[in-house]
Amino acid sequence: MKDSRTLTLTKEMFKRLSFRPPGETIAGDSVPMWRDVLRRLVTNKLAMSGVVFLVLLGVMAIIGPMISPHDYFTNNLDRTNEPPSADYWFGTDNLGRDLFSRLWMGARISLVVGLAAAAIDLIFGVIYGGIMGYAGGRTDEMMNKVSEILYSIPYLLVVILLLVVMEPSMWTIILALSVTGWINMSWIVRGQIKQLKNQEYVLAARSMGASGARMLFKHLIPNTLGPIIVTLTLTVPSAIFSEAFLSFLGLGVQSPAASWGTMINDSLAGWTLFPWQMMFPAALLCLTMLAFNVFGDGLRDAFDPKLKK
Amino acid sequence: MRKTWLSILALLLVTGVLLAGCGTKNASGPGIFNMNLSSDPPSLDPALAQDSVSFVVLTGLYEGLTRKDAEGNTIPGVAEKWDISGDKKTYTFHLRHDAKWSNGDPVTAHDFEYAWKRVLDPNLNPASPYAYQLYYIKNAQNYNMAADNPDHISDPNQVGVKALDDYTLQVELENPTPYFLSITSFWTLFPVHQSAKSNPAWASKAETMITNGAFKMASWKHGNAIDLVPNENYYAKGEVKLKKVHFYMVNNASTEMMMFHTGQLSFAGFPTGEIPAEQIGKLKEINKDELHIQPTAGTYYYAFNLTKQPFDNLNIRKALTMAIDRQLIVDKVTKGGQVPAYGFVPPSIQGDGQMFREQYPDTGLLSEDIAQAKQLLAQGLKEEGLASFPPVTLTINDGAGHKQVAEALADMWRKNLGIEVQIQTQEWKVFLQNRTSLNYDIARAGWSADYNDPMTFIDMYTSTSGNNDLGFKNPQYDALVKQAYASSDQQQRMQLMDQAEQILVKDNMAILPVYYYSGVYMVQQNVQGLEMDYQGQIDFTRASVQ
Amino acid sequence: MVRYWGGKLVSVIISLFVLATATFFLMKAIPGDPFTSEKAVPPEVKAKLMAFYGLDKPIWEQYLIYLKKLIHLDLGTSMKSQYQTVSSIITDSFGYSLRLGIFAIIVSVIVGVGLGVVAAMYHRKAIDGIAMVIAVLGVSIPNFVLASMTQYLFGYKLQWFQVAGLNGPFDYVLPVLALAALPIAYIARLTRSTMLEVLNAEYIKTAKAKGLKRSVTIVRHALRNGILPVVTYVGPMTANILTGSVVVERIFGIPGLGKYFVDSVSNRDYTLIMGITLFYAVILMLARLLTDLLYGLVDPRIGLRSRKGASS
Repeated sequence: MKDSRTLTLTKEMFKRLSFRPPGETIAGDSVPMWRDVLRRLVTNKLAMSGVVFLVLLGVMAIIGPMISPHDYFTNNLDRTNEPPSADYWFGTDNLGRDLFSRLWMGARISLVVGLAAAAIDLIFGVIYGGIMGYAGGRTDEMMNKVSEILYSIPYLLVVILLLVVMEPSMWTIILALSVTGWINMSWIVRGQIKQLKNQEYVLAARSMGASGARMLFKHLIPNTLGPIIVTLTLTVPSAIFSEAFLSFLGLGVQSPAASWGTMINDSLAGWTLFPWQMMFPAALLCLTMLAFNVFGDGLRDAFDPKLKK
Repeated sequence: MRKTWLSILALLLVTGVLLAGCGTKNASGPGIFNMNLSSDPPSLDPALAQDSVSFVVLTGLYEGLTRKDAEGNTIPGVAEKWDISGDKKTYTFHLRHDAKWSNGDPVTAHDFEYAWKRVLDPNLNPASPYAYQLYYIKNAQNYNMAADNPDHISDPNQVGVKALDDYTLQVELENPTPYFLSITSFWTLFPVHQSAKSNPAWASKAETMITNGAFKMASWKHGNAIDLVPNENYYAKGEVKLKKVHFYMVNNASTEMMMFHTGQLSFAGFPTGEIPAEQIGKLKEINKDELHIQPTAGTYYYAFNLTKQPFDNLNIRKALTMAIDRQLIVDKVTKGGQVPAYGFVPPSIQGDGQMFREQYPDTGLLSEDIAQAKQLLAQGLKEEGLASFPPVTLTINDGAGHKQVAEALADMWRKNLGIEVQIQTQEWKVFLQNRTSLNYDIARAGWSADYNDPMTFIDMYTSTSGNNDLGFKNPQYDALVKQAYASSDQQQRMQLMDQAEQILVKDNMAILPVYYYSGVYMVQQNVQGLEMDYQGQIDFTRASVQ
Repeated sequence: MVRYWGGKLVSVIISLFVLATATFFLMKAIPGDPFTSEKAVPPEVKAKLMAFYGLDKPIWEQYLIYLKKLIHLDLGTSMKSQYQTVSSIITDSFGYSLRLGIFAIIVSVIVGVGLGVVAAMYHRKAIDGIAMVIAVLGVSIPNFVLASMTQYLFGYKLQWFQVAGLNGPFDYVLPVLALAALPIAYIARLTRSTMLEVLNAEYIKTAKAKGLKRSVTIVRHALRNGILPVVTYVGPMTANILTGSVVVERIFGIPGLGKYFVDSVSNRDYTLIMGITLFYAVILMLARLLTDLLYGLVDPRIGLRSRKGASS
């Protein structure tokens, strides 16, 4: 570096700064933050193993049914309820269908149902809950009442009606799961926001003139990410289970397609005799949940580095 | 703060423990017969009962004019003997003098007259859903009609049932009905104690139920359990060996199986429970002394919607009917000893002196032939002007293995005919509504006998029948049924009904028969004297448990 | 205070009214009626049955009649179970669900919070891992699978417990386990997650710096703040457990209200559907009220809200 004493000030050395409005924008740019989050996430081995598992699962859901020598729907009534073998890698079900192919076909449906329902819950729940918690007072009371009433409407009636009005399909089931699914999320978010609303940094931001929406989405919601992510990682399995419960009542995905939930459900009558029919989908379901959970934890830690000791 | 929390927790715990403390243990042991009903009987009023669960309990509580033995023969019950007139339209029942109600009152012919007219009473509320079981009686249907119907008869004395004295009951019929005697053991025709007049809710509580059967009700915890104990006023109480009958209401097949295996149940499975199809194979090996499989009078079939393309075409219907392997379905999918069905009337229905199916086998009605089925399909599609098989949906309801059968059938059609059939599961009442209003392509159906005569099957597909949800209208068929109604000659009746069945199945292929039902049940080895009739109705009144 | 509770009551009644209306028309929109059955009831008999239960009237008239009865707290009689009033069915069967539910709630809160706190205290240590594995298993196994498996293992194979029924205190173990597994996992994760945040907060560090004992810090400071989301969850959980035990009830043969609810929908037992729906809604609202009260108890800052409400 040059010696500063010899430095002469010239006009070229100065640059006119663009005008920055007072207040709030002092907060750092979001791009480096995301990069930061990503960096921290990548170094978290546990979280990354979850990600790797989920990616593998996604890949298997796509190619799994193709690599098996059997398709997922053809019956082989001479070879029903067979244990895993070289021919049928994961055994067969009560109609002699290949469980390996069915498992990956089931993965497609279960994952789409779980993720779609979780996404809808996330969007509706966070917005609705955020507004409830932030607005407070009358608005909160009213919105809370509406969600309470919606939550009390018998879910079964809604599902049956939806399936009568619309063609039964995976999307109808997702819709049915979402009708009331988001409410729980909204209550969690509301509780969190109420608690955070009066904290110093929020008051500070408000006194600096931040708008309501900005307050909500820039400050309050990011700080409730922990509980949101935890709730979310649990929404995926609960959506998958709800779908299985609908199958339990005969309202799930239509055969010959199957989800993990329907596969577990169908195997229940004979699982003591043919345990593999339940073990494979149940184990995969457990592992998927585990992966979502460690990934969720990692994500939360990455967002909130101070948790790392 | 910490104290508050602790005290709340302590309070909750104490409440919980206190609440949990109440309740009694139900023991199994000698003389106690434990059975699972799966659900609470909706009504134990013989006039209002309409399901097999209620019937099991009613069998213990009541006795009609006649009873059934294990072979399905009618044997004396409250009636000791009976005379039938030459034109077979008047029945005179002579009642035994020692039959008593559980409160000690004698059971008289007036009680039967009262009970039957009560079933038919147009002002009975709620109305009896099975009143039509009494329509064989003279003027019964017209009396039962709503008052604004021009054919309505308002005078109950014109109904053909009359107590000539305390122990003689005379019944006049509309038509000679050879199976009328077998109906007199049916629950709708059980006697009712006249205390029902003053208390319409009498049949919903153990305390107000006065019954005349081998047992009386000791307690009824709705949705939970029913206990029956022997009726000390029963005329044949010496034949009743059980000390107690306990009914559970557990609606889960695998739980029921475990309860049986751990000795909590003396009986499991059909008709009020279910043995999972998956377990039958194993049970045949390890529990062969407990496992029983018995044909029951019912047919499992698919209904074609005859009013809608493509199943308005006979050849397409024939192709689908012929292209499946029923034996394989019975052996590998349902596994419960069902019998492949090629007709509509099941083998356990009686005909003229022999079984109907023995005299008129179903083998001539349809045959399985894939090559011919392919041909017929091609021909049918051409007739309909279709280039390929249109998308059709096979509609089923949820529960009890319907999905497996449907999937197996769809797979056979895919392999044998190269056609795709979509399977759609619907909620039970939505399904029924759609089937009744002909809003389907192919739908699952099942029918079981109300009485031991082919007519219980044949007359459901007349053009005016409320159960005809095929859109099947055939004047020749209607005429045959009408002729059979009027005939008192059994041989002629059977012939007419055989012709009708040929029109329904062979000529029109309006239905796709799959199999004849069977009942799969398990009985502990210490239980003796349990009887099951042709319908699969269980009679435990003379059973004993060591 | 009176005005506060009066206002609450009015809003509860309005909610119930809206719910009753929505459910009524929803349920009437579904195909089928109480008398649809495999063996068709003759049309004249069906007409009489419909008339007896008032189902032949125009739908708005049926609705007004129902509301009128409801105002007099008359839930009517079941259309399926002859001569049984809806209120007697609810009181009889809810007893079982309530007993089961109370146990499940107690177990979930104690075990869930315990696991969560321990996991947070020993963050990234073996205990944390074990606690979270338990939590993950809890959410990963559908309750009907867990119920079937424990029933098979402990009821059938080992015969430690009865397979079905709810007669002695030991009969509660398996169903409670099946009901509590998911809430335990949920609460454990929620507690751990908020506890981790709280443990890093300034005031905890201050407390530590002041030389307070670790256990005292945890219980007196961290737990009180860390438990807030759990309190939010206790309301819905109570409602969920009390109203959502149908699968567990079915597997263990428990004659609870959940079983009746599913059956009432499939039977189109209109009066029973309405009765149970409204009953469930009341439970839900009570549970929400409980949440608010607990909230005030745990976090005095939020408690201000109700006091503010009282004075306004």
